[in-house]
Amino acid sequence: MIAYIVRRALYAIPILIGVNIITFLLFFVVNTPDDMARMFLGQKHVTEVQIEDWKTERGYHNPLFYNAGAEGLDSFKETIFYTKSLRLFVFDFGRSDSGRDISFDISQRMWPSLAIAVPQLLIGLLVAITFALLIAFFRATYIDYWAVVICVALMSISSLFYIIGGQFVMGKLLRVVPISGFESGIFGIKFLILPVLIGVVGGIGSSTRWYRTIFLEEMNKDYVRTVRAKGIAEQTVLFRHVLRNALIPILTGVVVILPLLFMGSLITESFFGIPGLGSYTIDAINRQDFAIVRSMVFLGAVLYIIGLLLTDISYTVVDPRVRLS
Amino acid sequence: MLPGKPVFLLTDILIFVLVLGIVSFFAYAMRKPHLRQPWGQVVRSRAGVISMIVLAVYVAIALLDSLHFHPVLENPAADSTEVQYSGEVISVFDQLVSGLRASTEKTYSAPFSAHLYAKETVQQADGTRVRVYPRLAWGAAHLEEPHTQKTADILGLALTGALKAILVWAVLLVLWALYLSARTARAFPVAFRTLFDGHSEVPWRTVSMTLGVVLLVLMVGAEWASKYHVLGTDKVGEDVLYQALKSIRTGVVIGTLTTLLMVPFAIVLGIMAGFFRGWIDDVIQYLYTTLNSVPGVLLIAAAVLMLNVYMSKHAEAFASLTQRADMRLLFLCLILGLTSWTGLCRLLRAETLKLRAVDFVQAATAFGVGPMQTIFRHILPNVMHIVLITLVLDFSGLVLAEAVLSYINIGVDPTMNSWGNMINSARLEMAREPIVWWSLAASLFFMFTLVLFANLFADVVRDALDPRVSR
Repeated sequence: MIAYIVRRALYAIPILIGVNIITFLLFFVVNTPDDMARMFLGQKHVTEVQIEDWKTERGYHNPLFYNAGAEGLDSFKETIFYTKSLRLFVFDFGRSDSGRDISFDISQRMWPSLAIAVPQLLIGLLVAITFALLIAFFRATYIDYWAVVICVALMSISSLFYIIGGQFVMGKLLRVVPISGFESGIFGIKFLILPVLIGVVGGIGSSTRWYRTIFLEEMNKDYVRTVRAKGIAEQTVLFRHVLRNALIPILTGVVVILPLLFMGSLITESFFGIPGLGSYTIDAINRQDFAIVRSMVFLGAVLYIIGLLLTDISYTVVDPRVRLS
Repeated sequence: MLPGKPVFLLTDILIFVLVLGIVSFFAYAMRKPHLRQPWGQVVRSRAGVISMIVLAVYVAIALLDSLHFHPVLENPAADSTEVQYSGEVISVFDQLVSGLRASTEKTYSAPFSAHLYAKETVQQADGTRVRVYPRLAWGAAHLEEPHTQKTADILGLALTGALKAILVWAVLLVLWALYLSARTARAFPVAFRTLFDGHSEVPWRTVSMTLGVVLLVLMVGAEWASKYHVLGTDKVGEDVLYQALKSIRTGVVIGTLTTLLMVPFAIVLGIMAGFFRGWIDDVIQYLYTTLNSVPGVLLIAAAVLMLNVYMSKHAEAFASLTQRADMRLLFLCLILGLTSWTGLCRLLRAETLKLRAVDFVQAATAFGVGPMQTIFRHILPNVMHIVLITLVLDFSGLVLAEAVLSYINIGVDPTMNSWGNMINSARLEMAREPIVWWSLAASLFFMFTLVLFANLFADVVRDALDPRVSR
């Protein structure tokens, strides 16, 4: 088991190197730091001195790969590739273009993101599985048909509509909960209700439909027929046998997104003014803070790879045969 | 002929290449029974024909909106005798709805309103000033007393539109019945009756009813739009209906071109990985796992940021704002394709691995058929259904993604009409009292209709083409 996990973890290293190279190419080779400086300072009336200052302030003044001006090992160390890209491997994100410590910001901002994302995932799973099981119980009836139609219609509505509509109805018409904002501690719950609710409603169409097909697939298997032939009641068949077995693909499918919950959702957080990592990224995009966007790209990739690793592990836990192949 | 000098934008060319490709594919497929059979199944399903008709309307508008030209100047400079062209680029669709395009007001006005949304100080004839809601320059301008006449006028216009729709509908049905009776050698009344037959193989009744409803909506809408702002006007007084219609092209281009641009990569790499295996497989798998690891939104954000830098550096390379917006749209398609080709590539690799072990491919190898010929003759035709399914399945997701990306300012150019941009500019107006809801509602409704029918169509196509789904 441990040997398997170690082997899978080693596979992640070349992928991380690849991601690092992609971000480096995208941020420093396609456009040179000079272009970024010019963009940041405004196009017209920018002097060379200003550009140099901007670059030196943010550590973009070094050459890309090889610094001919430095001695010995320093000629590799004092380069953008070393200071900006290689440091990412030890999660040293450095400072943002506006001078703040990115690592500190991330450690502060991931908790609000989690406060939204975790309840949203759990409640969403519970609701979708319940609905899907109900629909599967009424399979091949009009209830099934119309439930699927409603699911497709729900899937077709833009997520922006759910947010804007939800804010309008719950926050402005009914005045049940505040429209946006965040507060830590127990009193912060009132700020979480609306985004969590909207996240659950927005995802319900596609996940219910997806779980329904999983349930139906499971119901067509031989062991279900055997159980039915033994005269077991339909509820027992569904809850004891089908549900338990269908949970395996559903839960292993969820594992991959678990680490990404830290990153939060860009849209939800910016609409509700939640100081999480999602709104952090959006602000960085709008302010054109390249250092933050670069760090978030790398962090997102790392979390995704961890998710893949966890998925592999969960498969072996559920089904030990996987490990042997 | 175009009333002006044609302009070929890159996305225009690509979208017509795509149309040509689809038309020639169907011309080819109709002659092969095994290819025709699944499409017959699509046509025989109710959801299939309804969504095809609705999507056809959307696509027709998008195509008309993809024929661009410089219009002839109305008042050329006096000293020249030759025809002069305006600098702005408009499309055939703009020409068709030129009434809507030209009918701008001062600022917001509600749907069907005769008055502006905001009060203004107006000087009256006797010199006194009053704060009133001024009349619109264009909407309901033909009415003397809007308060009393408006309802009757709107109903009257609706009636005219409905009558026109019924007329066109009847003509279409008669023509179609004539064609059917000629082709199947049945008497005309029999053929006409099959168009309302609820139990025929092809659901003709559904076809004719959907056609009737679509015509009704189009005709009544056109009648209303000729006298009113059906969906109101936005902040700068532009007709919202016009904006929503113009956005159709953006949505359709993103939904189709993205897949079109990524399909060649996915096919070549996916088949190569599955067919040659060994180190080629390893390299390709590494490539798509790496690209897939970067969360899509972040990769798009990073790429668009870099595009902004590039465009501001090479501002002189773009002849006009339209071209600049068009390049940005194309680039967005490319970058969306870059993040979504991995899924298709993985599917194709798996399918090729499976096909490689199948008897007829083994037999071909045993007979000494080269790898290239095996791929083209045996593998490629047998994975094409996966490509087609992906094309239709991805469409709706991409249309929705455009809105989200434009909302966070990493989507299409802000000057381009798109549902995302409409939502983005409209959501700030929700705080006004009374609220300005029409811009938001219009964009969401148009987007919802397109995505809903695209989803329904995709389901039908997948059921028909996917051999794993039992028939």
